[in-house]
Amino acid sequence: MTAPDVPAFPMNRTCPFDAPPEYAELRGTRPVVSAQLPGDQRTWLLTRHEDVRAALADPALSSNRRNPGFPLRAFGVRPPADFPQPMIGLDGAAHSAARRPVISEFSVPRVHALRPRIQQIVDEAIDTLLAAGQPADLVRYLSLPVPSLVICELLGVPYADHEFFQSRSARLVNRAVDPDERMAAATEVREYLDGLVTEKEREPGDDLLGRQILRARADGTEDHGGLVSLAFLLLIAGHETTANMISLGTLALLTHPDQLGLVRDDPATTPLAVEELLRYFSIVDSGTARVAVADTEIGGQPIAAGEGVIALGLAANRDPQVFERPDDLDVTRGARHHVAFGFGPHQCLGQNLARAELTIVFDTLLRRVPTLALAGGVEDIPTKQDATIYGCYELPVTW
Amino acid sequence: MRISADTDVCIGAGQCVLTEPAVFDQDDAEGTVVLHTTEPAAEYEDAVRDAVQLCPAQALSIVEE
Repeated sequence: MTAPDVPAFPMNRTCPFDAPPEYAELRGTRPVVSAQLPGDQRTWLLTRHEDVRAALADPALSSNRRNPGFPLRAFGVRPPADFPQPMIGLDGAAHSAARRPVISEFSVPRVHALRPRIQQIVDEAIDTLLAAGQPADLVRYLSLPVPSLVICELLGVPYADHEFFQSRSARLVNRAVDPDERMAAATEVREYLDGLVTEKEREPGDDLLGRQILRARADGTEDHGGLVSLAFLLLIAGHETTANMISLGTLALLTHPDQLGLVRDDPATTPLAVEELLRYFSIVDSGTARVAVADTEIGGQPIAAGEGVIALGLAANRDPQVFERPDDLDVTRGARHHVAFGFGPHQCLGQNLARAELTIVFDTLLRRVPTLALAGGVEDIPTKQDATIYGCYELPVTW
Repeated sequence: MRISADTDVCIGAGQCVLTEPAVFDQDDAEGTVVLHTTEPAAEYEDAVRDAVQLCPAQALSIVEE
């Protein structure tokens, strides 16, 4: 083996469809390994499905990003102490108290009720794509607007503000945009959401924010800043992730015609295809990090309090112990045991919304645009190899 | 087969409902798990085992008899 004793992290994907090559090697030889992060920090890396699940369900491992032992992929980006801690950084009872009031908004039946509106949003986005002329960038016309407009619907953003909300949130999540401009967009979105929450407090409507306000009033727990922070978190967590999966899922189907045929010929296949695409790309990968707040053990390796752990979702989802021929895209495999949405009490709050959006997008796109094709070669697609959330910047298509 | 659900640890991920809607549902107001039955018919036993395995919060358990 040529790898050094202490592997460096992050490791980058070298092909749009594959995991970093080091993942398989580590899973086979050192499934729980101490790695070097940028800066002076070390972390444990987990690459087995079983260990990733165990770690994410272990109450000894904390999500608190302010803990100095919390492993950071990029050096020096620890959140400031005065920034309100969103639920993704909370543990135990505090996390449960923050999450509990919102979970009904994302339940399977509630999301099912949103499907006609999501369908309408997807249809309109495809109209715009087709009107744009060829080649058109699928990221710009479909991947980015769909989740943004779904979040507008969820939060109750008035129609007149959709354009503003969409343009700012597209800028906010675009890593090709200058960091100062992105920061300015983040501030504008935050200010907008602050005003929106104030409006809803005056007149709570039949939407997520309105219902949260009424619920908090009944409990005596009204918290304006907390609600603005929640709205911002829902946007951040639900926009770029879903957008990247729309782009990558389309890319994967267009480059695997046999798999595309299975989905196009039988819409009953789409929900399983969505699970497989989530597994295959595992775009959040190293986003599921933890810090030990008590001594524990993962996969036979003692982990001491204060040490960091990164549960690599992509490595887990390519574990041959759980998924046969893990590097093959197979839309008919039952891939539901993937950990692309994480595991444990922090498992993605919006997962059913994401599933619905992806299912509707792929079904509608393949049905309405049967001649859809990549405008160039796969090697020309600019991918986010080194970003925290994997995706592609552009996806030029023809039809 | 008897099953039980702990709504205090349930996080409303909905994995069980996706697995077997004939046995599992989610409460409209709270989003937490609701059991249509605590003694699912034999035809649902495999799906119930899958749901227990998939539950991210380990809120479901099987009481074998």
